[in-house]
Parts: sequence; C-alpha cells; structure tokens
Amino acid sequence: MSTQAGSYYLPTPSHWPIIGSVGLFTTLFGFASALPGTPDGPVGNLGVMYVGLAIIAFMLFGWFGQVIGESESGKYNAQVDTSFRMGMVWFIFSEVMFFAAFFGALFYARQLSVPWLGGAGNNAMTNSLLWKGYAGTWPTNGPGAVGGKFEHMAAFGIPLWNTIILLTSGLTVTWAHWGLKKENRGQLIMGLFLTVALGGLFVSLQAYEYMHAYHEMGLKLTSGIYGTTFFMLTGFHGLHVTIGAIMLLVMLIRSTKGHFTAKNHFAFEAAAWYWHFVDVVWLGLFIFVYWLV
Amino acid sequence: MSEHHDKPTGIKRWLFTTNHKDIGTLYLWFAFTMFLIGGAMAMVIRAELLKPGMQVVDPLFFNTMTTMHGLIMVFGAVMPAMVGFANWLVPMMIGAPDMALPRMNNWSFWILPFAATMLVSTLFMEGGGPAFGWTFYAPLSTTFAPKSTDFFIFAVHLLGFSSIMGAINIIATILNMRAPGMTLMKMPLFVWTWLITAFLLIAVMPVLAGAVTMMLTDRNFGTSFFNAAGGGDPVLFQHVFWFFGHPEVYIMILPAFGIVSQIIPTFARKQLFGYASMVYATAAIAFLSFIVWAHHMFTVGMPVAGELYFTYATVMIAVPTAVKVFNWTATMWKGSMTFETPMLWAVAFVFLFTIGGFTGLMLGVAPADFQYHDTYFVVAHFHYVLVTGAVFAIIAGVYYWLPKWTGHMYDEKLGKLHFWLSAISVNVLFFPQHFLGLAGMPRRIPDYAIQFSEFNFMSSIGGFAFGLSQLLFLYIVIKCIRGGEKATAQVWDNPEGLEWTIPSPAPYHTFETAPEVK
Repeated sequence: MSTQAGSYYLPTPSHWPIIGSVGLFTTLFGFASALPGTPDGPVGNLGVMYVGLAIIAFMLFGWFGQVIGESESGKYNAQVDTSFRMGMVWFIFSEVMFFAAFFGALFYARQLSVPWLGGAGNNAMTNSLLWKGYAGTWPTNGPGAVGGKFEHMAAFGIPLWNTIILLTSGLTVTWAHWGLKKENRGQLIMGLFLTVALGGLFVSLQAYEYMHAYHEMGLKLTSGIYGTTFFMLTGFHGLHVTIGAIMLLVMLIRSTKGHFTAKNHFAFEAAAWYWHFVDVVWLGLFIFVYWLV
Repeated sequence: MSEHHDKPTGIKRWLFTTNHKDIGTLYLWFAFTMFLIGGAMAMVIRAELLKPGMQVVDPLFFNTMTTMHGLIMVFGAVMPAMVGFANWLVPMMIGAPDMALPRMNNWSFWILPFAATMLVSTLFMEGGGPAFGWTFYAPLSTTFAPKSTDFFIFAVHLLGFSSIMGAINIIATILNMRAPGMTLMKMPLFVWTWLITAFLLIAVMPVLAGAVTMMLTDRNFGTSFFNAAGGGDPVLFQHVFWFFGHPEVYIMILPAFGIVSQIIPTFARKQLFGYASMVYATAAIAFLSFIVWAHHMFTVGMPVAGELYFTYATVMIAVPTAVKVFNWTATMWKGSMTFETPMLWAVAFVFLFTIGGFTGLMLGVAPADFQYHDTYFVVAHFHYVLVTGAVFAIIAGVYYWLPKWTGHMYDEKLGKLHFWLSAISVNVLFFPQHFLGLAGMPRRIPDYAIQFSEFNFMSSIGGFAFGLSQLLFLYIVIKCIRGGEKATAQVWDNPEGLEWTIPSPAPYHTFETAPEVK
C-alpha cells in the first residue's frame, strides 16, 4: 500500500488506556450498584459513578491532549492520517448499527408484534383469549395500557423546527469546512460557532419537548411500547447530538488557538462526519417516530 | 532492528504497552486463563450430570454454571484468543511495523480483565449470578433475573466496546498498513478471514449492546421492549439477540478457518488449493450470517413463511462451507504430508468441524428442528463446531506459531500426546450427546430420566479427561517458553508467509522498513 512504513508514527507506551479502563469499570460498577433492578424501585447513590465519569473525563483530556500535541508537532504522516480516518469511519458504522437495533425494535413492534396482539396473522386466539378488545393500532401502550392514557407526539411542531435546525447546522459546518480549506479562519470559527449554537438549540428544544410530554401529554418512558421507542430512540439521538456538539466545541476552541491547516485537519473532519451522521439519524427519526404515526 | 522505542520493564511493560506482540501475548494468556475458568465450570456441569439425581450442586447454581461457562468461553476464551492471534500475526503477515492504532490496541485488551471481573463478580452477589443461559432470553433475564444481572449487562457492554475497538484496529491495519506489493489477493488467508471477521464484529457487537441496553431499561426504568402487556414482545429479544448471535458464531469460526488454511499447506507441502475461492467463500459465509438468524428460534411461533425462508437461507451456508472443506482436502491430495502436532490438530479440525457442520444442517431444517430444539443434540452440535472447531484451530495455531513467538521448539512428543488425549476424549465427551438429544434429553437441566444414564456417564468421563488434558497443554507451552531446541527462522519445511522470513523469536519490532512483496 504505502511506501513510508518506516516513518509511520508508533507511540511509546501509554498509561492513558489503563486509566480509561479503570474509569469505565468504576462508572459502570457504580451505576449498576445504584440501579434498583426492578422497574419501580428508586435509583440509589450515584457517587461512585460520578467518580468514574471524572476519571474518564481526565483520561479523555490527557489522551486527546497528547494526540493533539503529536499532531501539531507534525509527527503524523499521511498514512497515520488514513488510519485515523478509517478508525472514525468504522466507529460511525458501529454507531449506525447501534441505532439499527433500536429502529429494528420499532419496526418489529409496529409491523409485527402490535398487530399480532390485535389478532393479525394467525393470532386470532391470542387476541380473543388474552387481550380481548385490543385493536393493535399504532400509537399504543399495549393491551395492558401500560403507563396510562397519553397523547402521541405530533411531527409538525417542535420536531419540524428541530429538523430545520439540524439540517441548517449541517450546512454551517460545511461552510466552516470551506473556510478552513481556503485559510479563512474567521469563516471557520463563525461556522463552527453557529453549528455548536444550533446543536445547543436543538437539545434545548428537545428538553422542552420532553417536559411537555411528561407534564401535559402523559407521555412517559413507561408509556408502553410507544413511550419506550419514542424516548429511547430520540433520547439516544439527543445524547449523540450532545456528544457531537462537544466534539465540535473542542474543534471551535482549537480553531481559535490556531490549530488545523488547510490540508491537515482530520479532527475537524471527523467531528463533521459525526455531525452529519447524527443528522441522518434524525431524518430517520423524524419520518418513522414522529411523522408516520 | 533498532530498539529506539523505550520499553518499560516489569508490570508497567504489560500495562502500558503499545506493541502488537506484547498485546497479542496478553490476549492469549487472558484467553487461556478464561479457558481454564470456563473449563472448571464445565467440570461442575459434567460432575452433576455424571449420574441421574441431584448430587453436587443445587439447580440454580447448575444453571449459573451453564450460563457462565457459555459466556466465559465465547467472550473470554475464544474471541480474545482469536484477537491475540490477529495481534501477533497480522502485522507480521502483511509486513507492517505494528497495528495501525497502537494505543487503542492496548485499551482494547485492558478493558477485558475489567469486564471479566465484573462478569465473574456476579457469582458472589446476593441472589447469585446470571442463571438464564448464555443467550439471556427475556423475560428470564428481565422480570425473573437476580440483581446481579445489571452487572452482567455492563460486562457485556464492556466486552462489546473492547471487541469493536479491536476490530476497527484490525481493519485499519489490514487496509492501510500492508507492505508495498502486498495486494489484497496476495494476503495470507488468515488475514483475509480476520478482515471479514472484523467487519462482522463492528456490524453486530453494537446490536448486542442494543439488546442488553433494552434489557437494562426494561429491568430498571419501566420500558416495554419485551413486555407484551405494553405492546412489546419477548420474542423481540430473541430476534435482536440472534441478529448478533448468528454472525457471532462466524466471528469465532472464520479466524479458525484462516489458521487451518495456513497450517495445512505447510505440512502438505503444497500451495493452498483454490485461494480465491477460499476468499469468496469466506465473504459469502459472512454475508449469509446476517440473513439466517431466526433458525435459532424455529419453535418460537413464527409465520410459516418465516420458517421456510430461514430454512432455505440456512442450508445455503453449506455451499461456501463445503467449498472450504473440499479445498482443504484438495490441498492435502497427493501432498508430501507429514503430521507434526499442528497438522494433527488441523486435520482433526477439518474432520470434526465437518461433523458439526452436518448436524448444523439437520438443525437448520425447521421441521427437523422442532424435534431437536433445546435438546442435547444442539449442545453436541455447537460443541463440535466450537470445541473441535474453533478451539482445535486455536490450539493448532499455538503449536504452529509458538516456535516463532518463543524461539524454541515445543516438545513434539508431548504435543502429540496432548493431541491424541484431547482428540479421543473430546469425542467421548460430545459424541454421546447426539444420541442423548435424539432420545429427547433437554439441555440446561441438572437431573435427567434414568434411560439417559449411560451416555451421560460416558460424556462426563470424556469431559474430565478432556479437561485434564488441557493442563498438559499449559505445561507444554510453559516448557516451550522456558527453553527447548532453538527454532530456525523458517521453523517448518519451507512455509509460506512473511512471518517466516524474520528470526525466531520474532524481534520486538519487525518490518520498521517495509519488505518488498513480489
């Protein structure tokens, strides 16, 4: 493939990974210890989990800091750059598959399990013996009406605005990239700032939507399969928007410090790819979670 | 080969290492440790099943043992062993100085001991460890599971995280780090099988993460994924799980195919027959692995169209798999064969794995599966493909490359003894289980009807013998590390591959200047 294997940067031994492992273990052990293990129990003390999260944050600062330092001092050649790119692409692919599991659950419920509970296919007896009178139509909280009465979320209110916001942010991040490529630092910083701000606006509107759902619509995580799929899909997406916005915020800070050149800015592109990925996931959500109800 | 990278000594060397050979060694020792722990659990199972009636453990603990044995062997032993091989061999086989992302490589490994600790710690928690089988079907794993299940869930998250990072590293290494002239279709077959395996890992480990996350929220936060009253479905769990689970079994067997495809040509002294068809067959198996998952759930009550589709799709896997078996056989055909220890294991692999493949075909046919489902026939089937398949290939690979890793030849006499003890005992262990299953003995039970006594007795005796034989393996490996006849660079009689062009033991850093591949 490449002819410069001799100059491929091989890092010296590093203490960051083991710190990361300790952080992950502490976080998850603390979280598992605090969990009730039943749907209605209270969550216990999360102190240990926060310690673990602090260790992870410390590791991220240290590890990324070291990589940024190595990158800025020119230790990475084009082949290293390609390794990073492949790493990011395949990482995003793994995230796609994670969302696929939850979309799969949604499609399975909507197309198969809910109609079956309503007697579709060869399930007439299931319906008449176990769930008599249940129609099996979407949106539903199931034949047991789990979580009580609720209203479903309409597509053409906040969700439509959020679609416009995210699509716009996809444009602003591309505009920032154009700025970087033609050495226009101001455009880069302004584009990134707008993108992060739009990301923040998106998350705020979603938080408002959640509060509205809980307080005025009776729609909760516990509202049967509709509430489950609605909050788990939009919630994981919101988490990913937050992560993406943090990544872009780091790029914004690095841009103000003079990092990146017109030719060499993999980290920026990685964050931008990630942003486009959460954008595309949102379009799937808008269509299948909000719109086609 | 210059030693210009500093290399700490003692425990720090292993904790902080970014060297693919060190990390490969860590993976292999971790896998072997877990193999012995999981094996000890299998001994508990076989001890209880030695005679009908309850004698050694109580039923809940028996179920905990079957569950943990499966989880530990799959996630702790076989998968890490294969990644250990990939770490040691992929860079050397493609002429790369190291893995593409060495620090992340360290992290992929060092998550594993923490994940294993979390998993094994459940045994000591109130209510006991997971006892719902390694497939952790809802609602056994949600509504009716002990508190320790939440720790089990996070252990699976950690294992998946480690696997995904490891797989990303392997793909980046293979696609980006090959020496000049090492085109894709010149890569050793082991590298090809790992490239495809890594793709499978990245595609399905996140789905497993999704499955356990759904369990987590159903258990703790009142979601209804697997709750029919809320409009969900326990069967959904099985779909999500097996969408991961079926590719997962190929994740464990494809690198084994790769190892065997390296060994057989060496000792047959012929080139691998049908190299290109091996590559395409591997890719075909990987593709099919995504579209056959529900053959694990024929008895769950699927529509007839589903039963038919999953039957036809499943039996199609026999085609590319048969291509491989015929190619290995054709490689040996009229070769100048010798039977050193690695070759013995490899030939046994071809023969015994094929038995597991045939029983897989029987199970893949829905109406037949209605009879065999959840019996010992299934247990026999997947132990033939995983023990005499994956594990035999791992052991074959260890004997094959051990001289390259340690610089010493292993004790050939003891190696052959290890082989014959294992090959005979493993068949005494698993072959009778076919008959038990066909006669109707269910799996995952601590007691059984009296007519199953003889075959269970045979199976247990074989089990103890097979388990003890692996201690001999430990002894042989340690003996080889500590000394023995000096190995040459080539080790074997003119084997193919870049790893045989460098000295034995392989220097700490290899191919810092890329070799030229013609």
